[in-house]
Amino acid sequence: MVKTVDDLQPGETAIIKKHSVSGTLGKHLREMGLINGIPVKLERRAPLGYPVEIKIQGFSLALRKEEAQAIELE
Amino acid sequence: MEKLKFLLAGNPNVGKSTVFNQLTGMKQHVGNWPGKTVELKSGSFTFDNYEIEMIDLPGNYSLTPYSVEEQVSRDAIIHEENDAVINVIDAENIQRNLYLTLQIMETGANTVLALNMLNYAEEAGFKIDVKKLQKILGIPIVVVDAREGTGLDELVKTAIKAAKNPTDYSDRLTYGFELDDHINQVKSLFPNLKVGSAPDSWVAVKLLEGDDEVLDLAEESSDKNNLRKLTEIRKHLEGIFDGNLDEAFIDARYGEIESIMKQAVKRPTGEKESITDKIDRIVTNKFLGLPIFLLIIFLIFYLTYTVGAPFQDLIDEGWTILSGYILEYLGEGMVSSLLVDGVIGGVGGILTFLPIIFILFFLLSLIEDIGYLARAAFVIDRVMYKLMGLSGKAFIPMILGIGCGVTGIMSTRTLSNESDRISTMMAIPFISCSARAPIYALFTAAFFDNPLTQAIITFGLYIFGMIIAIIVAKVLKSSVFADEATPFIMELPPYRIPTLKSAVLHMWERGFLFIKKAGTIILGTSVLVWILANLPPGVEYGSVNSFVGILGNIFAPVFAPLGFGFWQAGVALIFGIMAKEIVVSTFGTLFSLEEDDEEGITGVVGDMFTPLSAISFMVFTLLYVPCFAALGAIKEESNSWKWMLISVVLCCGIAYVTSLIIYQGGLLLGFT
Repeated sequence: MVKTVDDLQPGETAIIKKHSVSGTLGKHLREMGLINGIPVKLERRAPLGYPVEIKIQGFSLALRKEEAQAIELE
Repeated sequence: MEKLKFLLAGNPNVGKSTVFNQLTGMKQHVGNWPGKTVELKSGSFTFDNYEIEMIDLPGNYSLTPYSVEEQVSRDAIIHEENDAVINVIDAENIQRNLYLTLQIMETGANTVLALNMLNYAEEAGFKIDVKKLQKILGIPIVVVDAREGTGLDELVKTAIKAAKNPTDYSDRLTYGFELDDHINQVKSLFPNLKVGSAPDSWVAVKLLEGDDEVLDLAEESSDKNNLRKLTEIRKHLEGIFDGNLDEAFIDARYGEIESIMKQAVKRPTGEKESITDKIDRIVTNKFLGLPIFLLIIFLIFYLTYTVGAPFQDLIDEGWTILSGYILEYLGEGMVSSLLVDGVIGGVGGILTFLPIIFILFFLLSLIEDIGYLARAAFVIDRVMYKLMGLSGKAFIPMILGIGCGVTGIMSTRTLSNESDRISTMMAIPFISCSARAPIYALFTAAFFDNPLTQAIITFGLYIFGMIIAIIVAKVLKSSVFADEATPFIMELPPYRIPTLKSAVLHMWERGFLFIKKAGTIILGTSVLVWILANLPPGVEYGSVNSFVGILGNIFAPVFAPLGFGFWQAGVALIFGIMAKEIVVSTFGTLFSLEEDDEEGITGVVGDMFTPLSAISFMVFTLLYVPCFAALGAIKEESNSWKWMLISVVLCCGIAYVTSLIIYQGGLLLGFT
């Protein structure tokens, strides 16, 4: 099993794995600053479980289930 | 006076609009980019001896055209004449903000950087050496505080100075040895390929990234024979970078940013809990999140419609008094009828919505500026996405539709992508607005004695409308907009204290747009309906012999299978397009009853309809063409007649089929 952002516990931090997300989504996320090798913290989950709020490089992003599961961690 | 044109670019939530509002004040013009649903804001002001035009580009994280928003910004920077591009960046998020800055510099734009919110960044523990940053980047940097308005004069001065001496900063950028080398190769392969004002290096980077637009232009250029060589270079590089080339460029840009950061920025050490974190722990809490969300929505709804109502009545009374005067001075005649029935009846009635539009957009602007709108979307996104494939941000426009579809449609501007905006706009007319309530009241009272039955039917109609709205949005999102699978990445910006100025400006701007619309589309159509009701000359207003009556008669057989195949129903429905509540008073007019003679109208309706055809008629009025004001709003917001017409066809089609099923189905089941 590959560990993804979706597997993190609220408050937990991990490192984004190299070349994990491909396609437009990958490009979009990368341009937003989700680059390889940087720490990502799962801040919290929405009351209904999704989206999740992650913190990278000092700012917060909301990601849906699909996107959260697409980001692989080390 | 010399004229200058500046473009204002930046990420969302960096205070770009605040800079724009501070500089241009009331001298703003809001419209759409030609042929796009994207808002175009421009404004002007004079400074020293310059007349400066400023264009506020959409908030973007990058210039890669994922959606129309980025496309618009990129086109403006490359293809529109401009004297400088002012890039507003948020000091607290400097790393991510610089990504856009680098992309703007790549286009060869005459860039000026406005460093905003430096105080917040310093509070959070950042140390930014502005002088050093300016030296490394090479572009002028001005520290501003958009909220307080400090540094803005300096910013404009710097931009003017830059405009006198336009500089292309693209050659200062490096992507690392390997990429730079190949960029130069590609440059020499396509010497004749020009894209707007962009330098050759930008064109080369885009060709290597595989940008569709630039590749198409290359196909048409005289260098098209070299495309094969380009493919070879790309293959070669893909081998080196282990796959995707455009990602290699992204990493290269972030690599450059990292080296800039190392030299000029000290990041805070350790993480301390910010006020935003504290608020979010409550506002998005597992148990409190949804109740707080519902409470805030309820408050917006309540304030908008309750506080607005007395003002609405006031305007309404004003029109009544004005109508009285007109009748007194001009007497009963063609001119007074045109003014009273046509103009005041149509436009006047719709202008009563103005107070609620003012209040609503004041409130929406406040919660957006505070930062709650993003949290509201965060909390409700799962429901909206599961049900209709829309973002959580679509919840507010939808729910506002219960009050008035026009406000709902106008607030689709808060949605961040086009497909969500259009799908929401198409769905809102099916949500039962408050103007339909008098119709339900009249018909349920006429046919169902039991108040409980009346309530259940009314409630059922509301739910039914919502179900149709959900289906329409879902179908649109998964068919027309299926391939526009924009990933859901939404920033949750830090909470900020809103400024009154921007809320008031926003309120005024939306209200003004509405007045403009009322003066054009709505006036035109109202007068048209009036003419139809008064021609041929000499007929009684809206009677069976008037064109409207004739139209009603033509439509009668069409409506017969739905259970209301008589001309009066047709006429009421035509008038109902002006405003849905007019359906009720039309029945009164057609039977020469006083407009407020409710008992009389109920009696008339009771004679003409059966319980089953009444339900069929109510469902039809719920679903058929939205009122002119709503249609005008769709035209305005989608910036196209196409979507307005689609909405008309969609509404009529769905209304007809549904009523047909209800009436014929009902008959088969033995109801009458």
